[in-house]
Amino acid sequence: MLTVRSADAYYGNVQALKGVSLHVSEGEIVALIGANGAGKTTTLRTVSGLLSPRRGSVTLGDRSIGGLAPEAIVRLGISQVPENRRLFGLLSVRDNLLLGAYHLRWHEKRGSMRTDFDRVYALFPVLQERAQQLAGTLSGGEQQMLAIGRALMSRPRLLLLDEPSLGLAPRAVKAIFDAIPQFRQQGLTVLLVEQNARAALQIADRAYVLETGRVVMEGTSLDLFNQKEVQRAYLGRGYRQVWEED
Amino acid sequence: MPIWNARIERMPRAELEQLQLERLQATLNRIWDSVPFYRRRFEETGLMPEHIRSLDDVRLLPLTVKEDLRAGYPYDLFALPLREVVRIHASSGTTGQPTVVGYTKNDLRNWSELVARVLSAGGATKDDVIQISFSYGLLTDAFGFHQGAEEIGASVIPVSAGAPEQQLKIMRDFRSTALVGTPTDALRIAEALEEQEIPRTSLHLRWGMFGSAPWSENVRTRIESLLGISATDNYAISEVMGPGVSGECEENKGGLHINEDHFLCEVIDPESEEVLPPGEPGELVITTLTKEALPILRYRTRDLTSIDARPCPCGRTLARMARVSSRTDDMLIIGGVKLFPAQIEQVLTEVEGVEPHYRVIVDEVGGVDRVEVQVEVSGALLTGDVGRLLKMENLLRRRLQADLGLSAELKLVESRTIGPVEHPSQRIVDRRRAEGGERSKRE
Repeated sequence: MLTVRSADAYYGNVQALKGVSLHVSEGEIVALIGANGAGKTTTLRTVSGLLSPRRGSVTLGDRSIGGLAPEAIVRLGISQVPENRRLFGLLSVRDNLLLGAYHLRWHEKRGSMRTDFDRVYALFPVLQERAQQLAGTLSGGEQQMLAIGRALMSRPRLLLLDEPSLGLAPRAVKAIFDAIPQFRQQGLTVLLVEQNARAALQIADRAYVLETGRVVMEGTSLDLFNQKEVQRAYLGRGYRQVWEED
Repeated sequence: MPIWNARIERMPRAELEQLQLERLQATLNRIWDSVPFYRRRFEETGLMPEHIRSLDDVRLLPLTVKEDLRAGYPYDLFALPLREVVRIHASSGTTGQPTVVGYTKNDLRNWSELVARVLSAGGATKDDVIQISFSYGLLTDAFGFHQGAEEIGASVIPVSAGAPEQQLKIMRDFRSTALVGTPTDALRIAEALEEQEIPRTSLHLRWGMFGSAPWSENVRTRIESLLGISATDNYAISEVMGPGVSGECEENKGGLHINEDHFLCEVIDPESEEVLPPGEPGELVITTLTKEALPILRYRTRDLTSIDARPCPCGRTLARMARVSSRTDDMLIIGGVKLFPAQIEQVLTEVEGVEPHYRVIVDEVGGVDRVEVQVEVSGALLTGDVGRLLKMENLLRRRLQADLGLSAELKLVESRTIGPVEHPSQRIVDRRRAEGGERSKRE
């Protein structure tokens, strides 16, 4: 579905991605893991159009999307859930969700919005409970759910998740990560960026490890779990997550 | 006939090539950081991993030769500390230092998967009872096949090397359905079968997979008819893995499907090092795409082959390499004629009664090359009619002259006086002074 070939990306004169290649096949959950500053978010932004690759290519199906405007890319079925949520704090949960469907044409929306809402509420029931509440008053975990829900309202084929666990309590992380594999059943493909490598590898089919703008490892989650370098650098060997005891 | 991993083995080429590119780039990025030998080579040419932007760019990378691995003996080229390495093997090193290879847990898992693919292509299923006659030890063959066979779920018998009589006894008593070993093992077992007057039909053997030395189509036909089995070839090279690099499919013998998701293969002109297009014969060069402990870039195998990327009737999209019959440095010049030992073997084994064990002795007498070819023939023939023996000598001499332009003295010898060798090139005893020096540089 998504193919990135030897992408170079820059912030001004600083090269953030050096020859990054990856692919995501339909129905997969693929994770990008790596330390802060490794280029994970930069990669997502290169896919969603917030950044243009200076060299290399980004292809969705047969179609080259590198260099296209972000809104055009959203229309092609790619939605990004940005790092730190970026919700409209003074709008209600429901309105935030509604805004996710903003780009859909009137005829696409008419009559089917109820289904879209239902789908989001089925995944995250707490959002339905708090539908009228102001987004800014939600807890961290609920905000993350809302951000994801908003992206889902745009009916994406490919969901780009940027650090969904950031700043969340372990229980909230668990709730989010339990929900992500369910997206697959709705025909969604997921590219997930995470510093929490353990959580990411537990739900991903495959993963790429980024270090200073380059891919240094790729493989199935099992391959990477076994890799001592990954264990030491990203999995905090010996560290136990509190919520794993549930 | 089962395809072990259809998702990969029938993957559309475009997807496969994307996977290869990703893995190549990841390997380069890792090597850059963790293998000083390659880091230096990169720095010498000003090349950085990000300069490799497509599969074609791989030709920009430096070639690696056996001497590089030897010079790094034992662990200099390893990319990871020894505590990550869970298995260590070594290549035989017929002359000179052996080369040491290492595997992480993931490497072993991949190895098993690849051998499982090759075994399946050769007819293996989990209902097989697979007898392995390779010697268990530092060499990669025995363990490699053992793991792959276990991965398939077959019943594996690690007989290891042993007298043909012993191999045969186990084969009969344990009801082996498959034999994995050297082609000579198969021939020796067939001889023992004949000597003990055991009917071939009393064996349960169905298929065999042979390798670790090149063997001709004539030898295949002999093995298949003497043992009543389907025999397939495979290509193994310990420096990049061991067995599991490529293997024939039963449907279309003659081409070995390469496990391209783990190995990037090129064919180069041995002299100019230029990359050759598909179909043209040259030296096989392999780059590992997933090896963790010992990643290798553009390894010159010194084996001659050509690559065919066209679809195969078996359904696999993995490109095929031609059977390897010669090494680049095998080529001989005798009396002005250029020859490969494999060609000599081909001519000799076409004649009925000739065993595929021979020796070529080249002397220089008065400035002229003098060649004597000693060939093993079956015992019955030697003790029989002298007239028949002379006829055979003449026939062989004429054949060598006609097919290869080689004029040689012929000497027929008893079975088991010459015996098997690891490589056809070892059948050549070159006593000439000028060429002799060059030849010993090899291996």
